[in-house]
Amino acid sequence: MKLTNRSVQVVNKQLSFKERLYLPSIMAGMAVTLKHFFRKHNTIRYPEVKRAFSDVYRGLHVLKKDENGAERCTACGLCALSCPAEAITMTAAERQKGDEGKYKEEKYASMYEINMLRCIFCGLCEEACPKEAIFLTSEEIAPSTFDRKSLIFGKDKLVEKQHHPNGKIRGGGPLDEKLYHGGNDTIKYGY
Amino acid sequence: MSIELIFTLIMILVVFGISLGTAMYSTLAERKFAGFFQDRLGPDRAGPYGLLQPIMDGGKLFFKEEIIPSGANTLLYIAGPSLSMLTACMTSAVIPWGTYIEWDGHKLPLQIADINIGILYVFGIVSLGVYGVMIGGWASNNKFSLLGAIRGASQNISYEIAMGLSIIALVMMSGTLSMREITEQQAGFHGMNWYILKQPLGFLIFIICAFAECNRTPFDLPECEAELVGGYHTEYSSMKLGFYLFAEYINMFISSAVMATLYFGGYNFPFLNDLGLSHNLVAILGSVALFAKILFFIFFFMWVRWTLPRFRYDQLMKLGWQVLIPLAIANIVITGGVTLIFNL
Repeated sequence: MKLTNRSVQVVNKQLSFKERLYLPSIMAGMAVTLKHFFRKHNTIRYPEVKRAFSDVYRGLHVLKKDENGAERCTACGLCALSCPAEAITMTAAERQKGDEGKYKEEKYASMYEINMLRCIFCGLCEEACPKEAIFLTSEEIAPSTFDRKSLIFGKDKLVEKQHHPNGKIRGGGPLDEKLYHGGNDTIKYGY
Repeated sequence: MSIELIFTLIMILVVFGISLGTAMYSTLAERKFAGFFQDRLGPDRAGPYGLLQPIMDGGKLFFKEEIIPSGANTLLYIAGPSLSMLTACMTSAVIPWGTYIEWDGHKLPLQIADINIGILYVFGIVSLGVYGVMIGGWASNNKFSLLGAIRGASQNISYEIAMGLSIIALVMMSGTLSMREITEQQAGFHGMNWYILKQPLGFLIFIICAFAECNRTPFDLPECEAELVGGYHTEYSSMKLGFYLFAEYINMFISSAVMATLYFGGYNFPFLNDLGLSHNLVAILGSVALFAKILFFIFFFMWVRWTLPRFRYDQLMKLGWQVLIPLAIANIVITGGVTLIFNL
């Protein structure tokens, strides 16, 4: 009875004289390896050259500013609520007079921390945010360190340095193309 | 002390240094080439292009903890790698690295010892090399080491026969066992006198046996890491392991040198005498040519390693006893017949 169509009839045929000489096949194989010897290498020299991320890559979080340079986050806590890893915590505060340029609305986050050890980079905080304030769009991956404390990222690391005009989706501050991609050695994602 | 003696002492140091240096950088070349053959880069972090990698590896091996298993025979355990290294370094003595240098009226040959049984000396030393593997594998008191050692010993003994028989055909043509005289016979005619053209089958058998003698893929059964953990050096650590691995690369260098000398004209290269240069310069150029041939063979060793898979043990034995030895004997008969008929 045939159960699947994947069964293959095994043939135990004798090798022909040419095949038993082995040398022609060995030379053919060596020609193949020699072709690879001169081929372009696939290696990306990582610290010097970084591979460009895809458009949907979820990197480190960025707290966005609006076009005037004011923080968009209102410390509503929806991101923390949506976070399945419970990595986000924050403290809300009321905006003082004179701080209109710094914070977009009357309430802002005086403290905002993401524990990068807990974060699973699922992007649910980005989906939950009603103010389009948090995006996982930094083209950085979480750094490796020897202590746990330095992996709890506060506002100093999360808030984007300056507003990036066309950065609603691609955020994370202006990228120095040369620094990140090592000049012309950029390898495009998805070949 | 006479100038000849001083020069020979210098030659010993130079040859020793060159064979160690070449073996050292063969380890890097092996890893680099392995990378290139697999579309990778290979090690390139230690120094420019990874050139300091062998020094780092050596330093690491020296500083690693030395472990001697409690059930091991300590004396033999230490003797194993020492013997491997010793026999690997001794073979280079009879290889002619160049013609001779004329200096102050003296003729200083670029060879340590021109003995008239050069090839026999090489075979004698190479066959001693199996003791390093055997003793080390047995003294480790480990099943895998012993299995690897037994495999290594039987493989080396089997392939030495075919190797010796393939050389006999060459010796029948040359009429001498001295490496220098064999090289001299290949001079002139722009490389048309090289023994590879007169003994192609003999060379083929010789190079296959050389792969087996050096325990290189596809004949690396003594140390096949996939089946026997590490083969005969499973229990070894630190520089003793380093000696075993290093001896393999020195053997590779030496067998490349022997192949280049016996079959590819040694220090002769085409248009050697048409350059119109002084004798000493030609001698040095000849040494460079020999070295280039050696480096090509080392590359060839690595090229084969990263192309072919390992033989199964019964296939290995079948190839050695049922194919190579009859072929080598046939080669002797053909060589004898041709020599007799054409009265060469």
